[in-house]
Amino acid sequence: MGSAQLLDEGEIRRAVTRIAHEILERNHGAESVVLIGIAARGDDLARRLAGEIERIEGVKLPVGALDITFYRDDIGMRGEAPEVHETRIDFDINGKVVVLVDDVLFSGRTIRAAMDALVDFGRPAAIQLAVLVDRGHRELPIRADYVGKNAPTRKDEIVRVAVKEVDGEDSVVVEEPR
Amino acid sequence: MNKHLLSINDVSREDIVRILDTAESFREVGTRVIKKVPALRGRTVVNLFYENSTRTRISFELAAKRLSADVINFTTSGTSVAKGESLKDTALTLQAMGADAIVIRHSSSGSPYTLTKWVRGSVLNAGDGTHEHPTQALLDLYTIREKLGRFEELRVAIIGDVLHSRVARSLSFALVKMGAEVTLVGPPTLIPPDAQAWGVQVSYDIDGVLPKVGVCYMLRVQRERQRQQYFPSVREYAHLFGLTRERVGMLPEGSLIMHPGPMNRGVEIDSDVADLPQAVMEEQVTNGIAVRMSLLYLMLGGAGTEAVSGDE
Repeated sequence: MGSAQLLDEGEIRRAVTRIAHEILERNHGAESVVLIGIAARGDDLARRLAGEIERIEGVKLPVGALDITFYRDDIGMRGEAPEVHETRIDFDINGKVVVLVDDVLFSGRTIRAAMDALVDFGRPAAIQLAVLVDRGHRELPIRADYVGKNAPTRKDEIVRVAVKEVDGEDSVVVEEPR
Repeated sequence: MNKHLLSINDVSREDIVRILDTAESFREVGTRVIKKVPALRGRTVVNLFYENSTRTRISFELAAKRLSADVINFTTSGTSVAKGESLKDTALTLQAMGADAIVIRHSSSGSPYTLTKWVRGSVLNAGDGTHEHPTQALLDLYTIREKLGRFEELRVAIIGDVLHSRVARSLSFALVKMGAEVTLVGPPTLIPPDAQAWGVQVSYDIDGVLPKVGVCYMLRVQRERQRQQYFPSVREYAHLFGLTRERVGMLPEGSLIMHPGPMNRGVEIDSDVADLPQAVMEEQVTNGIAVRMSLLYLMLGGAGTEAVSGDE
């Protein structure tokens, strides 16, 4: 069973720094930008992006965490009800530019669910998408605005993202299916 | 997660923790402007209530609606039941209409068990006779965990009409399972003879127990279930076992006062005591919706054994 490293700690750090710059460039600064990470791990990446943006621009952006479980399109199709994570958005998103942050962009179904969930919290001026890895195989018309790394994969391969906050280390690996 | 929720005894400690953890997410949903998520779209939940209940039925109804399930309230007055339909035929009718879950309250202990033999969907016990009321116990556990953060080394006094109280049974089983110490307090006539077998202590002296507890759980005096005279007078009961201002002063700092409602103010609990900040009855009600959402989600959110695997 093989696994290959896609990104190491330094590469993840540099990707996050670049995305932070791109977010500031695209939005002409940090005004009215908020970051919302999709649990789990997207919320950790969103906090890191906020840290980088604060370092570059000196502005502290609001950071939230969003769990999309209740908005999934496959509830009742899996054996057990999917596990639920915490949602915490303690700021107003009306009229804001929401940058959704996730670790891996794959089918696009998670992002579809996240957009449905966001609309229940308010009406953002715009929603943008930042992902650490885009592995292709979209099943919905969704694309990312900011990408750490484009990684062509086979559909049956597994892309595993580890972050220090949860897993004790930073890495992205591609694993062969079991 | 089990298919049905009939008794707290059937729920493992791990599943209790999972139910409470998931309920935390639903508490957050309850604080949003739009308090509704699409998780159970297309599912049908039937509230089948053979006993009057406003609080529990509304709580289940709101829980199902906030999950986007369709809800049917089936009460017995003015329906086919009043025309003499049996529980079995009612169950088969609801089954034929495609109910995914049936929430049943019935005056006969054990009727939810019987119901599971006739329907394919999940059955949730919302109170059966003097047997159990598991969702009340779970929402009480949630409230205790939220306020005090632990069950181990926690002492809980459950005070009053234990004999007729399905809440007391379910809550005692649940607390003992989670590692708390439970003392039942009441007049000897209202303590069930088999109480020792529940793993709890029994006391007839409220003033000796109160200084040692972290939670003081008052039960409603259920006069409608009492078929004989269990105590000489309501006034004497209130004097001997009611939670008065003076008795609240005996409770340790930081302890909670709880009651499953509806309260008889002036009988088991003094009116001004019920309005103290350490009395958390309103939180119990709010948490009840989140815990019932958690249960419905965990019980109906999977495919059961005929699982189809999703993406990722």
